[in-house]
Amino acid sequence: MRFLLVEDNAQLARAVCDRFAIDGHAIDHASSLADAIAFVDTTHYDLILLDIMLPDGDGRDFLSRHRRAKNKTPVIVLTARSQVSDRISLLDLGADDYVTKPFDFAELEARCRAVLRRQGGVAQNRIEFAGVVLDSLEATLSAKNGTQNLRNREFRLVEIFFAAPGQIFSKNHLMDRLFSLSDDVSENAIEVYVGRLRKKLDGTGAQIETVRSLGYRLVAKE
Amino acid sequence: MRFFILAFGLIFSNFGVCVGFEIEDQRIYPAMNATQVLKVLSTADIASFDPLIKEFQTQNTEVSVNYTVASSAQVMTAIYDENAAFDLVISSAMDLQTKLANDGYSQTFISKNTARLPNWAKWQDQLFAFTQEPAALVISDKAFEGLTIPTNREQLIELMRANPEVFEGRIGTYDVRTSGLGYLFATQDSRNTDSFWRLTEVMGRLKTELYCCSGAMIDGVYQGKLALAYNVLGSYAENRLAREGGITIVPMQDYLTVMMRTALIPKTAESPHVAGRMIDFLLDENTQTKLAQTTGFPPIFGQIADSQKALRPIRLGPGLLVFLDRLKRKAFVRNWESSILQK
Amino acid sequence: MKAIFGTTLITRGSMQRRLVIQLSLIAFLLSLLLFLIVQGVADRAASDTQDNILAASAISIADALYSEGGQVQLELPYSALSMLGTISEDRVFYRVNVDGTTLTGYDDLVVSARSDVSTQAEFSTFSYRGEPVRAVSVTRSVGSQSQRTLVQVVVAQTRLSLAQISYRITLWAVAIGVAFFLVATGLSLWAAHNALAPLNRVASAVTRRGPNDLRPVRAEAPAELAPLVSALNSFIVRLSASLARSEDFIAEAAHRVRTPLATVRTQAEVIHRSLQHSKNKSALREMIRAIDESSRSAGQLLDHAMVNFRADQFQAVDIDLRELVAETVERLSPTAELKDIAISVSDTGEDFAFSADPILLQNALRNVLDNAIKYSPPDSDILVKLFHDSNFHVISFHDQGRGFEGLNLENHFERFKRGSNVGDIVGSGLGLTIVNEVARAHGGHVKITSNKGEGACVSLFLPLA
Repeated sequence: MRFLLVEDNAQLARAVCDRFAIDGHAIDHASSLADAIAFVDTTHYDLILLDIMLPDGDGRDFLSRHRRAKNKTPVIVLTARSQVSDRISLLDLGADDYVTKPFDFAELEARCRAVLRRQGGVAQNRIEFAGVVLDSLEATLSAKNGTQNLRNREFRLVEIFFAAPGQIFSKNHLMDRLFSLSDDVSENAIEVYVGRLRKKLDGTGAQIETVRSLGYRLVAKE
Repeated sequence: MRFFILAFGLIFSNFGVCVGFEIEDQRIYPAMNATQVLKVLSTADIASFDPLIKEFQTQNTEVSVNYTVASSAQVMTAIYDENAAFDLVISSAMDLQTKLANDGYSQTFISKNTARLPNWAKWQDQLFAFTQEPAALVISDKAFEGLTIPTNREQLIELMRANPEVFEGRIGTYDVRTSGLGYLFATQDSRNTDSFWRLTEVMGRLKTELYCCSGAMIDGVYQGKLALAYNVLGSYAENRLAREGGITIVPMQDYLTVMMRTALIPKTAESPHVAGRMIDFLLDENTQTKLAQTTGFPPIFGQIADSQKALRPIRLGPGLLVFLDRLKRKAFVRNWESSILQK
Repeated sequence: MKAIFGTTLITRGSMQRRLVIQLSLIAFLLSLLLFLIVQGVADRAASDTQDNILAASAISIADALYSEGGQVQLELPYSALSMLGTISEDRVFYRVNVDGTTLTGYDDLVVSARSDVSTQAEFSTFSYRGEPVRAVSVTRSVGSQSQRTLVQVVVAQTRLSLAQISYRITLWAVAIGVAFFLVATGLSLWAAHNALAPLNRVASAVTRRGPNDLRPVRAEAPAELAPLVSALNSFIVRLSASLARSEDFIAEAAHRVRTPLATVRTQAEVIHRSLQHSKNKSALREMIRAIDESSRSAGQLLDHAMVNFRADQFQAVDIDLRELVAETVERLSPTAELKDIAISVSDTGEDFAFSADPILLQNALRNVLDNAIKYSPPDSDILVKLFHDSNFHVISFHDQGRGFEGLNLENHFERFKRGSNVGDIVGSGLGLTIVNEVARAHGGHVKITSNKGEGACVSLFLPLA
């Protein structure tokens, strides 16, 4: 997936880019409206993250131009302004959602996912492993013995494992991915979710294996 | 009938001195519990006014009434020249009454009853009319047997000229020199018709008898001394006619002089309030309706009994002063004397 | 506008009242003048009438004078005195005077006459027999050429009826004066109202407009009002500039505070991911939580400023509360989902049309829901209900959190007060303050019920119609 970040604050932009890179997303950074227009004209993006206050203009102008050009790429606005006054005009101008600064990455990710889901922009929404199908649009797990609904954290956990079967994920890593940093959770919270997931995978061809002192991994049953 | 009484200090003690005016009659109507005295000076004889005074006293039991009768000229003398202390002056001589009021010998009186009077029946709220009495021609039915009864003055002149044997020495009228009312009637006649002087001339040739008062003239007609009496007070004649027959009151159709009997309270009045009560009594609705029945005085309100179109009421006002003018009176009396006395 | 000029205006007198009073005063003076003129003219006319009749009377007497054998004689005409009685009941006196001796009439009626013959009647007023009289004196010469005698005719009349006429005239003059005054005052009321109509027109043109309508006033105004209107317009220009500045200021402040916080937070998160040591990690989490709390406080402070700003310029639009609730829930569900919190919305199917400032109201709803999500444990439910209660639309948010135990609910609306039990959860009492202020700006109120162990219920009451 390819993202465009339009943000004039260099430090923030670098931090955001770093953070996205951790999760393996490709992200371009434009520090002005002019740059942003140039990027959009030349490259296809799956999602644009747009700051409002830019040195050479108002992000809202970019937004209305973007919509007039019938460009369907979803836009999430990053705003530092009052949520009260911006909400209506942003959504009216065609933003798909907005996040107020400072933002929790987990939340930003969730919103991006929600926007992309609404847009149907996720190319591959079904992942199969060992006869178990994860439908990321429906948030369901299907196997021979039936279909199970996943709650949000369960779904994200499944997503992590299905994206890299066989790879060992440490508890710390999973916690970082699953919980917001402002949530106060203990390490065994992960064990609770892994336990739930195991229950849902029971009777299918896949299972989650504990790798002692290292973490967990998704494997196929022999 | 006519007698003179000199009024002495006993009666008019307040004058201090003997007074010079002549009175004709006097009666005191004492009250049971008299606290007030009403002194009335009037030209109306006691007989005709008697019922009114008695009625007044039933309503005002504490008032004794001192009723004095005098000729209108003597009334004038009493009030105008001698300042006699009367509380109420009632007179048929409207001109003299008007002069008294005009020259400041009367006082103002205003009450609910005087307010009811029409404007022509009062003057300056000092002079109040309470009767309307026409001057009438009274004839003896016996003397007029076979004669046409005249309906206007021209016919009367013709009749008298044509029948001197009937009328010679048998005509009566007022002596204008002594009777105030006679003078008033005569002067009004002289204003109202051109025939007046001819009538006087004819009456003069027929040796007309001159009288002081209506009563005496009516007596004359009744006694057969007179065939006719000219300018007699209709009210007196009516009164008499109600009791005895034999005379006719002829309604003149050219015009009928109507005199109003008036009352005023002199400046010298000692009990003006009681006098006011008498005026209110005279103008009272009940009194007015009884007036015609008991006294024969036609009431001031309402129509004269045998009302005719030719009514010529004498108007109150300064016009009445004209014939009281010295020169005017002298000239009028001179003319009258030369006609009636054929001098 | 109203809120900005919110302080009560100190009025010093009313222009209309002052106009009316001044016009009435003028009307009063004119009435007085009219009264005096009417009385003067009428009095004069009445006394002229008396004079004319007196003169006519005297002349008719003079005309009746004749000489007989060297003696002056008089045939007093009836009309000479009767004419004086036609218009009044006044007492009449006369005297005809030949060479100083009375020929006839009242001897004591003495009026000094000029010796020369004059056709002109001479008038005088004096007291006679205790009453004021008006007298006319006419002098004639009677007799043949050789024997000329000067005769003076005096006719006098009391003035009682003149006084009566004068009294009647005074009454009429008063009535006319009063009527004139009333009519003039009525007209001046009307005129004052009319004269001030353009002022009212301008005032209503300004009053009618919405709170955000800061266009210059273009009401038709007479030249006298032009300075006022242009002053008003220049004030409007300055006001809108100042309003724009405060809006910009809030936005700018938000930007300045939030962007660095965002940078720090994001960098902290990046660092957090790279750390392995759990001790270091939890230290960093503490830091992030502190950043979150300060940014939330800053956000709510700015929200609060904006809410106040908007509430002052309150501008209502017809909205559907059901849609607004749905939008808010949709907007916050990603946040809720992160904690596996399910938000369910139910309504009674009634009509939830409401006139409101949608931005204010959405902010309030978001604050309530945000609080509910923040204070709810993972894997819980939040129930949003829309229903009618007597005269109110009610939007209630029921969560399964810790509720507001031990909390003085009144205090909860005060700025910066926090529930004592929220402990480690990032939050600020300002949220509920904002909700409360928004509710009141719409004529409603907020009710919080808290059942021990069953979570809290925050209900927003908004008046029906």
